[in-house]
Amino acid sequence: MNAKTVTKAPAFAWDRLAREALIESIRKLNVRHQLRNPVMFVVYVGSWLVLALFGRDLLAHDVAAADFTGAVDVWLWFTLLFANFSESLAEGQGKAQAASLRQARQEVQAKRLQGPRPDSPYETVTGMALRPDDLVLVEAGDIIPSDGEAVLGIASVDESAITGESAPVIREAAGDRSAVTGGTKVLSDRLVVRITAQAGETFLDRMIKMVEGASRRKTPNEIALSILLVVLTLVFLVVTITLFPFSWYSVHYAAHAGHVVGITVLVALLVCLIPTTIGALLPAIGIAGIMRLLRANVVATSGRAIEAAGDVDVLFLDKTGTITYGNRQAAAFYAVTGIDPARLAACAREASLADATPEGKSIVTLADTRLPQDAASGKVSDGVLIPFSADTRMSGVDLPGRRIRKGAPDAMRRWVADEGGVWPDGLDRVVDKVASGGATPLVVCENHEALGVVELKDVVKSRIRERFAALRTMGIRTVMVTGDNPLTARAIATEAGVDDFIAEAKPEAKLARIQEYHKEGHMVAMTGDGTNDAPALAQADVALCMASGTQAAREAANMVDLDSNPTKLLEIVAIGKQLLITRGSLTTFSVANDVAKYFAIIPAAFVGTYPALGALNIMHLSSPAHAILAAVIFNAVIIPLLIPLALRGVRYRAAAAKDLLRRNIWIYGVGGLVAPFVGIKLIDMLLAWL
Amino acid sequence: MTSLPMTSSVETLAAVLAVTIALGVPLGAYMARVYGGEAFWATRVLGPIERLIYRVAGIHPADEMDWKRYAVALLVFNLLGMLFLYGLLLWQQDLPLNPEHFPAVTHALAFNTAASFVTNTNWQAYGGESTMSYLSQMLGLAVQNFLSAATGIVIVLAIIRGIVRSRSRHLGNFWVDMTRTVLYVLLPLSVVFGLILMEQGAPQTLSAYVHAHLIAPFVSGKLHVTHQTIALGPVASQEAIKQLGNNGGGFFNANSAHPFENPTAFTNFLQMVAMILIPVALVFMFADMARDRRQGIMILSAMLVLFVPLALASLHYDLAPNPLFHGLGVSQATTAANAGGGNMVGVEDRFGAGSSALFGSLATATSTGAANSAYDSFMPLSGLVNLFLMQLGETAFGGVGTGLATMLAFVLFAVFLGGLMIGRTPEYLGKKIESFEIKMVSLSILVMPLLVLIGTSVAMAFAAGRAGAFNPGAHGFSEILYAFTSSANNNGSAFGGLNADTTFYNVATGLCMLMGRYWSYLPLLALGGSLAAKQKLPPSAGTLGAHGPLFVGLVVGVVLLVGALNFFPALGLGPIAEQLTPVHALAALK
Repeated sequence: MNAKTVTKAPAFAWDRLAREALIESIRKLNVRHQLRNPVMFVVYVGSWLVLALFGRDLLAHDVAAADFTGAVDVWLWFTLLFANFSESLAEGQGKAQAASLRQARQEVQAKRLQGPRPDSPYETVTGMALRPDDLVLVEAGDIIPSDGEAVLGIASVDESAITGESAPVIREAAGDRSAVTGGTKVLSDRLVVRITAQAGETFLDRMIKMVEGASRRKTPNEIALSILLVVLTLVFLVVTITLFPFSWYSVHYAAHAGHVVGITVLVALLVCLIPTTIGALLPAIGIAGIMRLLRANVVATSGRAIEAAGDVDVLFLDKTGTITYGNRQAAAFYAVTGIDPARLAACAREASLADATPEGKSIVTLADTRLPQDAASGKVSDGVLIPFSADTRMSGVDLPGRRIRKGAPDAMRRWVADEGGVWPDGLDRVVDKVASGGATPLVVCENHEALGVVELKDVVKSRIRERFAALRTMGIRTVMVTGDNPLTARAIATEAGVDDFIAEAKPEAKLARIQEYHKEGHMVAMTGDGTNDAPALAQADVALCMASGTQAAREAANMVDLDSNPTKLLEIVAIGKQLLITRGSLTTFSVANDVAKYFAIIPAAFVGTYPALGALNIMHLSSPAHAILAAVIFNAVIIPLLIPLALRGVRYRAAAAKDLLRRNIWIYGVGGLVAPFVGIKLIDMLLAWL
Repeated sequence: MTSLPMTSSVETLAAVLAVTIALGVPLGAYMARVYGGEAFWATRVLGPIERLIYRVAGIHPADEMDWKRYAVALLVFNLLGMLFLYGLLLWQQDLPLNPEHFPAVTHALAFNTAASFVTNTNWQAYGGESTMSYLSQMLGLAVQNFLSAATGIVIVLAIIRGIVRSRSRHLGNFWVDMTRTVLYVLLPLSVVFGLILMEQGAPQTLSAYVHAHLIAPFVSGKLHVTHQTIALGPVASQEAIKQLGNNGGGFFNANSAHPFENPTAFTNFLQMVAMILIPVALVFMFADMARDRRQGIMILSAMLVLFVPLALASLHYDLAPNPLFHGLGVSQATTAANAGGGNMVGVEDRFGAGSSALFGSLATATSTGAANSAYDSFMPLSGLVNLFLMQLGETAFGGVGTGLATMLAFVLFAVFLGGLMIGRTPEYLGKKIESFEIKMVSLSILVMPLLVLIGTSVAMAFAAGRAGAFNPGAHGFSEILYAFTSSANNNGSAFGGLNADTTFYNVATGLCMLMGRYWSYLPLLALGGSLAAKQKLPPSAGTLGAHGPLFVGLVVGVVLLVGALNFFPALGLGPIAEQLTPVHALAALK
């Protein structure tokens, strides 16, 4: 696993944030801002209307009416302020984040090269003047002026400004670590960088835009939901407006009693009925989703990608790093019959001492546990090291009189034959046994004698199996992608509990498989970092690129993981789902609330006309004025009460759709029906007591 | 404690539902085969006629239409039908088959009636036996009874194809769907039902009305009454499609309370079955076409969960003693002399209060709007059930075709909420529900309440509207509300206490019928078009399974919530105030 990660979640100064949000929520009372949210705009118009009525009552010295109108109006304005506050609070978090990012994007001077060599002459220009394909020189202490690709040199770079990771990373020309990011700092050596991004469109710029503009771009589901909310608002507008002629008819032609319902009551009813709760919290929910993602150190290039994450039903997971702990490790020695196991271990150890790969090291480590103390501490001093080559497919050491080799079984068979030895009976059986278990057998020989087998095994991460099982209950298939042969792949796939695997995966194979899944209508998420992953990344619905990845991979992806942690995909799916669930649940809650509000307001509004309608006052509210006021107050205060939920997101755990639905219907549907009855009654008791 | 008539009414309800479902399953399967264009026994019999129609009309059955062409064909066809009917009514005095020499119908009434029959509303601002010639009844009204019902069916057919098909632009051929609906479904059923009605005593004749001398002449007012005119006509044929096609426009003014329209208890039972037969069969047809039996069970369960409690409430209130009478010591006991007891005002003795309330529930739950009693005289809360069943958008069971279409709109609504609540882009049967779908669903669901509420307020604001209500008090409010609820929902039933044959009501309700029909269902056709183009996604454990008790609960909750939130204030000022007031007044007397 990678080194310790400094998570970037800034320690928000909550009191400062809240103070700024308060100021901001008053500033947001202007028409232009209110127009952006149709539901709250209706409240806005209603608030002004009732304010005018309040003025009229004051001028008419109608104290009783002014008391009521004034109280209703105060709470209508509070409704607006609470809505603004929730949005400002969420935006405030984004702003704090953006500010810290912006520090990294200070205007820098760039050394634009006239030629392709580091020692070519250069002119100093501002970072903004750079165009794609310009070549710049960055040296120790320089800030990289824009996104680009290293074309020459190697350097260590401090990328903490964007990743929060304090350990420097190596960037070098060619290969999968060639991408450099504008705003990061070169610590040592120098690079020639070919600029790939237009000014103002660098990775950092996009990140800042994303964080700042989170509230402005609506995602597809958000748009659909907004339409629904507007339609509900429209219907309730007509319901309340037509109530005026209904009441007028009832008073004058039907009951001949009471007064026609007042505008204040109608506005109060309207504000209570339209989905203000979800309307007020919707912007905050969206921003909070992006912030949660940022806190997981993932930057999405669009809100759409986050939503898509919730819909993904096939996950392509790289075996290495996600399912297994990086590299294969030596797990056992199997000596040929008649050979001392200690001799096998000792030879395997000697053959691996010069091998700096993790596999080689793991053989030494394993051998050390099998050998006596003194034998285990030896170093090779006078031997000739034979490094691994793709040609011979073996490595080892030549010592005086001893030539020790380890390598793939077929290569070693040839070696033994060439040396004039005999391939021992039973060795093939051991080799097959190890291979069929999904592990890699290495045969160890000393001169012409085959000693036995080292089993190199992929170690599946602990608890990954449970995680995949949880994904399965959520309806998400996992596909393991590995370069291993099908046999090995199958064994690991079985052990880890993935649903499918792609063995001997080449980038084209990945791409083809994604297209296959698409044809069946699945939504695919994958991770990648190399340039050759780019086509597949571009094809996937959710494409997570490691921050360490190449520029091409980053361009193709729609999310970048600053931690370069391949298991992050699982977290992203959860965040995407949580975002939608929060929206859906609060919408249900908001609409279900209306029932109780009717039972508060309708009897209050019409009991003068039809005294019998008092029977509908099932909450036994103290007076018509109190009933209406209590409903309006409940409608207002529920917004700040739900802000923490909107920002944190509804609790989410991996479960089947059926169970999630049942849970959320009970909590937010049935709860939404019941809660306002209790709330309105309590507020009414408080009003009566006052 | 359940009274005897309550028990027998509940048994009747159970029998109606059981018989309908038993008949609906094979009928649904049959319809799926018909619309699938399969060659089977029915096409061997009727295929030659079908092909002849296509040849004569120059229709290429394989030429499928996208939703726009489908909608245009539907609109043009309905417009022509409306103009034809309008002309026929205006000129009926000069046309044959008018033995009673009825004069031409007025323009306003002709417009209202044409709009009414083309939209499957069958709101009748006239008395059939005193206004319409036999030709108008047969060539005008009965023909539209068939065509408007078929129109409703092809609307839902196109929507279902949209849901079922994957990556297709086409929803079928309108002319083929219409032809098959009439030829394979409506005509055979009507012939069978018409023959049963004739056998039971409904007349089927073109001869003039009979003038009979009374055995016992009597004096009414200052008039010495010596003879009676008995209206006749081709009743049975029209009655069959009136019930089966959810039209509800009676041959006689008394509708299904008239002994010639509804001669016996047996026909009364069959008429109730006939109202919900095709709506229920369509549910099974949908399940068949979607190859998902659970969808049929889900939708039918939702319909039953909505309908049965409301019907029982209607029965309960109409069979319970009227609190006003009860307080005055008047017996409404369940005796034979009281024809079963309960609220007998406006009730046909042959059927009794229970059967009337049940018939009323079925007629308003579907878009039939037929009546075997005077709905105006129902107990207020039974009248409320009638109103509310319509105000739910006629989802349980709904009009032929349009009911299922509205139900599917609500299902998509529920899927949207449910989908969000489980954290996925909502999808129904593998089709993603996105902003376009929500727009169309919202439009479709939005139109009806707006028409009802705005129509009612306009009527109350103007003297011409207020003049229509005969009754004072909250009941007058209910009468106006009922008129607009019925017309906007294409139901056609009425609280008879409203004088509907005025220019104001003819024009206002006529417009409501047209807007309620076309503005509600054209968006759903567009929805079908959009869904058809989408790819069908495979289901997984993470997808919201649109079935099972939980989902039924969600659908029912959404339908009830939308209906209740839209109409609670209006119902409060109408029937609820009316029902509560006497209790309150009596309590004050004590």
